[in-house]
Amino acid sequence: MGFFSKLKEGLTKTSQNFVEKIETLVTGRKHIDEELYEELEEILIQADVGVNTSMELVEAVRKKVRERKVEDPAELKDILQEEISAILDEGKSPLNLIEGLTVIVVVGVNGVGKTTTIGKLANWLKEEGRKVLLAAGDTFRAAAIDQLEIWSNRAGVEVIKHNEGADPAAVAYDAVQAAKARKVDCLIVDTAGRLHTKTNLMEELKKVKRVIERELPGAPHEVLLVLDATTGQNAVSQAKLFGEAAGVTGIALTKLDGTAKGGVVISIKRELNVPVKFIGVGEGMDDLREFDSRDFAQALFG
Amino acid sequence: MALFEGLADRLQNAFKKLKGKGKLDESDVSEAMREVRMALLEADVNFKVVKDFVNKVKEKSIGKEVLESLTPGQQVIKIVNDELTELMGGAQAKINLAPKPPTVVMLVGLQGAGKTTTVGKLANLLRKQGRRPLLVAGDIYRPAAIKQLEVLGRQLDIPVFAMGDKQSPVDIAKGALESAQSKGLDLVIIDTAGRLHINEELMDELKNIKAAVNPHEILLVVDAMTGQDAVTVADSFNKELEIDGVILTKLDGDTRGGAALSVKAVTGKPIKFAGMGEKLDALEPFHPDRMASRILGMGDVLSLIEKAQANIDQEQAEKLQKKLRTADFNLEDFLDQMQQMKKLGPLEQILGMIPGLGGKKLKELKDQIDEKEMAHIEAIIKSMTTEERRNPEIIKGSRRKRIAQGSGTKVQDVNKLLKQFEQTREMFKQFAGMEKKMKKGGGLKLPFFK
Repeated sequence: MGFFSKLKEGLTKTSQNFVEKIETLVTGRKHIDEELYEELEEILIQADVGVNTSMELVEAVRKKVRERKVEDPAELKDILQEEISAILDEGKSPLNLIEGLTVIVVVGVNGVGKTTTIGKLANWLKEEGRKVLLAAGDTFRAAAIDQLEIWSNRAGVEVIKHNEGADPAAVAYDAVQAAKARKVDCLIVDTAGRLHTKTNLMEELKKVKRVIERELPGAPHEVLLVLDATTGQNAVSQAKLFGEAAGVTGIALTKLDGTAKGGVVISIKRELNVPVKFIGVGEGMDDLREFDSRDFAQALFG
Repeated sequence: MALFEGLADRLQNAFKKLKGKGKLDESDVSEAMREVRMALLEADVNFKVVKDFVNKVKEKSIGKEVLESLTPGQQVIKIVNDELTELMGGAQAKINLAPKPPTVVMLVGLQGAGKTTTVGKLANLLRKQGRRPLLVAGDIYRPAAIKQLEVLGRQLDIPVFAMGDKQSPVDIAKGALESAQSKGLDLVIIDTAGRLHINEELMDELKNIKAAVNPHEILLVVDAMTGQDAVTVADSFNKELEIDGVILTKLDGDTRGGAALSVKAVTGKPIKFAGMGEKLDALEPFHPDRMASRILGMGDVLSLIEKAQANIDQEQAEKLQKKLRTADFNLEDFLDQMQQMKKLGPLEQILGMIPGLGGKKLKELKDQIDEKEMAHIEAIIKSMTTEERRNPEIIKGSRRKRIAQGSGTKVQDVNKLLKQFEQTREMFKQFAGMEKKMKKGGGLKLPFFK
């Protein structure tokens, strides 16, 4: 088992905080050299940024260093953060809340935290003074409806629900009608977690969206893909396929309170131009924040 | 970079360069190793694991016997394959059963990994092996987690032990053990609250449960889509709780599953089961060798055969086999087989198990066959006369029109079906050829060797 023990040792070293790492990386040196760039790339890869994006980011830093004739290694960090921020902020837009009824559909694979995110989002919108209604569109997973109801009670908003196993499109239909009748400002539609590769389930999602569109022209105004920050490169595939099926307009990045950095959202923004709109940083009701690319880039690099 | 280019494709590309060469030198090997590194990193294998893996393969590859061999490319591929298999773990590991029942199994893991669902699936699987399970609702924090487990228990007709969300999980676990003993149940599966491993409070709770009930198996549930962080997660759970094994969930997606490699490498603990779908019977024993060959694009014939055995009755299976071998079958058999295939599970999963159908080819086939279309196909075939089903060649213009009307579809759909039928016939021919090869050569060839 020499291989494993050696590996373990190596891993313990790398599990050190990014902050420390980047600091030692840039302060412990006098010159910017090839090795430094390589280490920078490694740090990005380990934050799930992805090989190609990491290489391109480092390439961009290299270019800037040449252009600006930078000589101090400590400046690399700032340049890199700048680059990341620039990618993430390009064409940035806040949550699309319209006059009258705004419909937000929340989608994602299993276990990313959709229902929890909806609870937090409902709370956030309510505190902004809006009347919120939830639709319990996850009719598949056992007790998903109950889970949403518990969150709705916490946030003090109402829920439209059917029985488990009901057609989610029918739930969406009823919810839109109810939202109109009750003069609601925001309707948030929950959907069952589904792997993006399941054709039949993605068809189901398309149907939910079609029904909403038909009942309220222009809706849904936002389709949020909830993404678990611990997810690796598969997140790009998730964003692509959910985008094709449901027209994803933004990402809610959850579970950022762990050790994962969620670096894959940089690749998603770059390749698919889907921006991050919210981040989830804890289990409490208030632990949903609007995404700030500067903070995000800083969290990656201290 | 194509998004869905799998590890197998990448490795195949990497080795295309080596394949034609008579003799390799060190720089050739380095070039291929760079591709291997990229492929593994894109598959989410942890950075450190990749580094060590590549170094090891490289070391072996630049040895004399490889460089001077007549087929150096094949040698390198073999080394990659062997090392990958080794890294995935040896033979398949089983659950530790207690000498004196009940056996206590505890599932732990991060939020959203799929613990609660897996508790249900695992109970279902082990019940099939003769165990009498009790499910324990130990997640008192997540809203409706207890309810979720109770619903699962009802669906499976397996008893659930719950004490609400006011008792401590330690007391719940203890109570469950007593309950199992008094009811003569021999397997206790404890669901626990999901956590972020940095959360000490909850980690302490797990340690307390462990100390109180002394589980025979602590299984870490890991999402197969996890990225670089998989090693941190696995390492910290293993350090705190000393896990006995891993259950990998959501492997039925298109993730390249690098987390499997990472987790095994960092903990040294075997992956025992894999979650392969939404349904409650979609938990399968994990086969490291099969997984490795699947990652390498070599298909997974063994799983396919096992699935077929479990779902198709013997007589029909023999009939099917005969048809497959001769590739002589008509639309009536096609309908028959479609219904059999349905029993095997989602089509894409089955297709993924067929050797030589990795990557692009698989994607093409998947695009052509849509699960929902099956219903249409059935309607179309049922609108044909017996003669037409037996001799699809006679279905020309006017017959096509009639069939389309009869089945409520369009002529294009009928055309498409007839074309698909031809393709399927081709696919089965491939099956038949494969079978012969297996008999002759004893084992499958690596796809790169073609």
